[in-house]
Amino acid sequence: MNYFLTEEQQMLRDLTSQIATEKIVPVRAELDEKEEFPHEIMKVLAQSDIFGIFIPEEYGGLGMGSFELCIAVEELSKACLGVSTTYAANALGTYPILLFGSEEQKRKYLPDIAAGKRLVAFALTEANAGSDAAGVQTTATRDGDYYVLNGTKQWITNGGEAEIYTVIAMTDRSKGPRGASAFIVEKGTPGFSFGKKEKKMGIRASVTSELIFEDCRIPKENLLGREGMGFIVAMKTLDQSRVGVGAQGLGVAQGAIDEAIKFAKQRVQFGKPIISFQAIQHMLADMATQVEASRALVYAVARHIDSGAKDFSKVSAMAKVFATDTAMRVTTDAVQVMGGSGYMREYPVEKMMRDAKILQIYEGTNQIQRNVIGQALIKEAAGKENG
Amino acid sequence: MKIVVCIKQVPDTAEVKINPETNTLVRDGVPSIINPYDLHAVEAGLQLKESLGGSVTVLTMGPPQAEAALREAVSIGADDAVLLTDRAFAGSDTLATAYTLSCAVRTMGFDMILCGKQAIDGDTAQVGPEMAEFLGIPHVAYVGGFEEIAPDGLRVRRQMEDGYDIVETPLPVLLTVVRELNQPRLPSLKGKMKAKKAEIKRLSHADIGADVERLGLAGSPTQVKRIFAPEAKKERKALTGTPEEQADRLIEELRGLKCL
Repeated sequence: MNYFLTEEQQMLRDLTSQIATEKIVPVRAELDEKEEFPHEIMKVLAQSDIFGIFIPEEYGGLGMGSFELCIAVEELSKACLGVSTTYAANALGTYPILLFGSEEQKRKYLPDIAAGKRLVAFALTEANAGSDAAGVQTTATRDGDYYVLNGTKQWITNGGEAEIYTVIAMTDRSKGPRGASAFIVEKGTPGFSFGKKEKKMGIRASVTSELIFEDCRIPKENLLGREGMGFIVAMKTLDQSRVGVGAQGLGVAQGAIDEAIKFAKQRVQFGKPIISFQAIQHMLADMATQVEASRALVYAVARHIDSGAKDFSKVSAMAKVFATDTAMRVTTDAVQVMGGSGYMREYPVEKMMRDAKILQIYEGTNQIQRNVIGQALIKEAAGKENG
Repeated sequence: MKIVVCIKQVPDTAEVKINPETNTLVRDGVPSIINPYDLHAVEAGLQLKESLGGSVTVLTMGPPQAEAALREAVSIGADDAVLLTDRAFAGSDTLATAYTLSCAVRTMGFDMILCGKQAIDGDTAQVGPEMAEFLGIPHVAYVGGFEEIAPDGLRVRRQMEDGYDIVETPLPVLLTVVRELNQPRLPSLKGKMKAKKAEIKRLSHADIGADVERLGLAGSPTQVKRIFAPEAKKERKALTGTPEEQADRLIEELRGLKCL
């Protein structure tokens, strides 16, 4: 399908596809098996300017937007969701600075992020704050020119590997969600350490860790926006990044279809390649149709965001839900098409199926996404009645 | 340090078809790439520039469409690109190619010339060393590592069939490189954008002051009778002593083999 990519967008697709094919595909099984962080691949992405895509030119980036980020994420995800999660989580952690950072904060952090010199992580989730983000218990107490952080974040992607953390903590617990604030915390700050590294079902090349804050003092200049804006920062960040999770779904699903087709053309049963059987063709047809629909939706939403739209929670959630539910179905079906071979680790689709599952869970479960969509529908309906 | 890297655009396959009538390569319908060994030469050039400063210029001789290979090299990080293109160059064998390239680099100026050890289509591995002879400079073929890099000389590791030699050479020098030397980098997005707009300098035989008689088919004495991969020679002798003694012994050996 022609999605009317500009020459620069096509260059970006070609380059990220080349990186995926030449640098990620050959090592993905090993990274998965060993649960190894993809340091070398991150270097390649840095050298190729891929970390700078969505960062404005005045801060050393390429000044592109959500759509271009989605293209890069899609291509990387075709090869390995563990790698693309590491990359996408960097963008997730960067958005609070990009959207709410002061000029000084942007100048201080964005050039290094754009150059891929310093990796970023976003820290919202805690033991008692997942889907209910208002349950955050980490506190930040003002003390002169400092804030003192205490508490534990869990399941933080890039935890330990990242140099820069955007952290949501409560500055005033009595105000509930309105008492949360967002901060930048640098690795190496005294009182900031890392707890256990999680063992996961999939995306095992990405690292997921606990962040522990014990009387961690950070300069007051590290506050993002104003005190009390923490949840707005978090929600706007997630609205922005969700479409990227959709792009991950799109990528892994396409990767699985490509593998399934390649296999079905070669695998001979009853004297014929299995792709000649209608049962297989119909499965592949459904898989491809769903992925194309996901692509159209993800691209449309990303372009809508880039057009300067103010409120895109609903459509961003739609792209995430649709593309990631599709990814789970399509990767599962890819294993089915490939039968016993698909189930074996010798082929990449079992990993794709394991990896895809997280997409329905992280950055807001798909149930929460449906809440977001539902609430937006109610709000829109109320608007119409009042208007 | 002015580094010139010679690259060649080749068909994207090691299985090149040969036209049985003319014994030349059939290029139609095969996508073109930069000769893989040359990518290692480009990478070596970029790394040397990063450690010593200077510039990397990529040079190729070929039809106008060879410009694509030069643009790719620019997207990887080369500073400038020069295309030698002229009808007079058509049909060059390795000798005429080396002569043409040597005329070009002499015009351009250089401190170091880097080439891939051979091209995957012709596989002769002759053009690099022949260029050095035309230019009257030393060359080291099959370089697989740098032991020491200084602005006035190099110590390199030359990959041999049964091990490696450590070779010291002054500059200017021509090196041909093997895969073991480095891991070629991929292009960058900014590089790709730059490459799209980059000016590719075109030079003709007149621009490089080449003798027309020594160009293209006219300057190509080679006649291809048969193409095969030579077997590795089993017998080897290492000569020792001072360079003069080694030269004398070499002449003796060659006379003994009735080669001289």
